[in-house]
Amino acid sequence: MSVIETAPAFDLPGVDGRNHSLDEYAHAPVLVLIQSCNHCPYVLAWEERINALAREYADRGVRVVAISSNDAEAYPADSFEAMVEHAREAGYVFDYLYDESQEVARALGSERTPECFVYDADRTLVYHGLVDDNREEVLVTRQFLRDAIEAALAGETPAVTDTAPVGCTVKWRS
Amino acid sequence: MKIELYFWEGCPSYPEARELLEEVLAERGLDEPIEMREVVTPEDAAALAFPGSPTIRIDGRDVDPEGAQTPPALACRIYRRPDGRVSPIPSRKQLEEALA
Repeated sequence: MSVIETAPAFDLPGVDGRNHSLDEYAHAPVLVLIQSCNHCPYVLAWEERINALAREYADRGVRVVAISSNDAEAYPADSFEAMVEHAREAGYVFDYLYDESQEVARALGSERTPECFVYDADRTLVYHGLVDDNREEVLVTRQFLRDAIEAALAGETPAVTDTAPVGCTVKWRS
Repeated sequence: MKIELYFWEGCPSYPEARELLEEVLAERGLDEPIEMREVVTPEDAAALAFPGSPTIRIDGRDVDPEGAQTPPALACRIYRRPDGRVSPIPSRKQLEEALA
């Protein structure tokens, strides 16, 4: 697949009622963007682990930002209102933004939910793909996202820089 | 026994669901074929009351009757486990119970 090597600019509404832009995260040593949504079982299977990572690395300045770009007209479960409700119910500790125009998803080159993009302090992409190697947490043997965050914090290149994301397709507008 | 697996190509979980279904069928000594039925359009989904991919019906009965109430959509189907976890495919137990 084709993903761009630098973080795309964005300015999107969040479930917290505020807009959030790429510039807002400028001081974070690592920025993790995750293409996400509400209705996908793969997202639901992984979201607790994403939340745990966001919580764990918050005090080291890492910012995790989930972005939903799905066509809410065709998939009402992914409407902004539903995002607000889902983030509350799931206890998200990270920002969850609505990319209604789908421009950010296109800029990222996203195809699936969830799909991770890890950027270093210069906002260069250092890892793209899976959270880990199994949606069943007890079966996980490789923690790609965690390893990428650790590497980026250390100023190093992750051992694995790209994996093929597994999940629902991004629901593009027709 | 009529075994149907409805799927939408946009969701990657149906091969895994088929594999699990084949395992359960083999364990039970059943050799009925699995009829693969692709759902392509939202209209198809509505006409077939397709709550997401994959959907498995045994003699027309959904292996997850509660989840079958989800509004029709071309989407990955959500299967909820008793412990609260979520999966994109039915559990082995659901398949076993549906085939009992």
